[in-house]
Amino acid sequence: MKEKKFKISSIFIYAVLIFWALTTIYPIIWVIQNSFKAKDRILADSFSLPIGDLFTTANYRKAFQNLDIFGAYKNSIFISCMVAAVVIILAGMASFALVRYTFKLNRFLQSLVLAAMMFPVFATIIPVSRMETRWGIANTNSWFLTMLSVILPQIAGNLAFAIVVLTGYIKGLPIELEEAAYMEGSNAFQTFFKVVVPLTKPSFATVAIFSFLWSYNDLFTQMFFLRTKDMWAITRLLNELTSMEGTNYGLMAAAVTLVVVPVVIVYIFLQKYIIKGMTAGAIKG
Amino acid sequence: MGANIYKNKKPLIVFLAPAFLFMVVYLYYPFFMNIINSFQKIKRLGEMNAEWNDPWYLNYVELFHDPVVGISIKNTLIMMVVTIIGQVGIAIILALLVDNIKVGGKFFRTVYFFPIVVSATALGLMFNLIFLYDKGMLNQLLEAMGKTTLTDWKSEGIALFTMMLPVMWQYVGFYFVILITGLNNISDELYESASIDGATRFQRVRYISLPLLHNVICTCVVLAVTGALKVFDLPWTMFPKGMPLQTTFLTGTYMYYQTMEARNVDYGSTLAIMLVVLGVITSQVVNRIFKEKDY
Repeated sequence: MKEKKFKISSIFIYAVLIFWALTTIYPIIWVIQNSFKAKDRILADSFSLPIGDLFTTANYRKAFQNLDIFGAYKNSIFISCMVAAVVIILAGMASFALVRYTFKLNRFLQSLVLAAMMFPVFATIIPVSRMETRWGIANTNSWFLTMLSVILPQIAGNLAFAIVVLTGYIKGLPIELEEAAYMEGSNAFQTFFKVVVPLTKPSFATVAIFSFLWSYNDLFTQMFFLRTKDMWAITRLLNELTSMEGTNYGLMAAAVTLVVVPVVIVYIFLQKYIIKGMTAGAIKG
Repeated sequence: MGANIYKNKKPLIVFLAPAFLFMVVYLYYPFFMNIINSFQKIKRLGEMNAEWNDPWYLNYVELFHDPVVGISIKNTLIMMVVTIIGQVGIAIILALLVDNIKVGGKFFRTVYFFPIVVSATALGLMFNLIFLYDKGMLNQLLEAMGKTTLTDWKSEGIALFTMMLPVMWQYVGFYFVILITGLNNISDELYESASIDGATRFQRVRYISLPLLHNVICTCVVLAVTGALKVFDLPWTMFPKGMPLQTTFLTGTYMYYQTMEARNVDYGSTLAIMLVVLGVITSQVVNRIFKEKDY
């Protein structure tokens, strides 16, 4: 009797859990399967699989013809890689100094970092954009400068969080290894790059992934700085799609698929680091 | 810490200067400049010489007379309630359920977290297709279930619902992971001794899991509230320019609209300040409410 009751509640639990899992997976599958159908077929029956004469790659051909998807990918990946790389280097060095050195301003600098996490991007974007225009970085025709105008504010936006996470990890390192390095005559920079960084590699990876994804998905900054078509990164391209091809649903489904599928693949392989990276700050604080 | 080996303070400046220079130039300085900008007259972002507004607090007067400001604050507050109840609430239920099963916990974790990784812009387009009036996924489903008329998910009455549902849906997994990590930290012995004493499954959840999760739930609620203020991508992709009839503006999207679309940059600065103030007040309120609550 008791056994049976247990089973019924388990079935109920799994039913609820599977239902929510379906709401997260099925919409994506639905979009992917419809990206292989002609527009009028999507409207007629969207739930059947695109097999037989339903199947067409016309949407994708059109997507590559009309939209510079590879260019947008190139821009996105360049921006996000630069952001991730600079963030881990700068945040790593600052965290190391804040953890290992005792000096007067240490406390003050740490509270500066914590306060910097609170600034919403809305409250800084206008002066940043005017500042960059004055410097001649924003609003130019140069590809590199335009990318830079997005990269710099995004680095700043991720630094504080990265420092908070990395100080946590560096604190946990035993100092003996660094002492040994010191005895061997290594200076602070060598100790940092040859002892501390290798030992905290997984946490650096976590922070790098977080910064990369955040930058890759951030539409707001891109809306301000990426003005012309050839400079658009992937999220900006998607955002413009609605106004450009608002009623071409097949093309929209294809574009969404082209953007989401690479992310899914990366997510499947790196999920451990990704989940850790995106929740690290929250769990700590 | 007895860091004798780090007595030489010279490298310090090299380690610290780049990161802090970045933060000062790109966060602290703009933050204060933004306050100054809100008292000035700036029509375009590229415009350099700004004059002072006459009277200098002009934008703040406008803030109180602008009906859309009220709408956007109201929508943002609703958004906060939705994120607290919808995101954290659903996440608590899912986490407690997953904590009670033996197989598949890892699978659910991976699947639930997935929407957070995808860009909200792509999700916005996806939901545009799902909520499409002329036979999107939902209307086709409803039709299959016997409904004869099509629902216009973007019309005035339910536009807010249509906008907030995807935002809520996207971040459930985030809080789920935080909560399940918290649950895993509760020692199994507590549950075992409780079941020996005859506690039912429900009682174990009510008297062990929830009280011990209190701090984690607190963190989640604060994150949900501050997160609700930062929402931009999904609403802007699904309902650009606050359509229909400027009823779906959130504080963030309205700030963007005034700055980039209406070319009213100084007013955009003012709205940004309002957003910060709103954030400070609401997180204080939430902190107070949840600190006092006892199980």
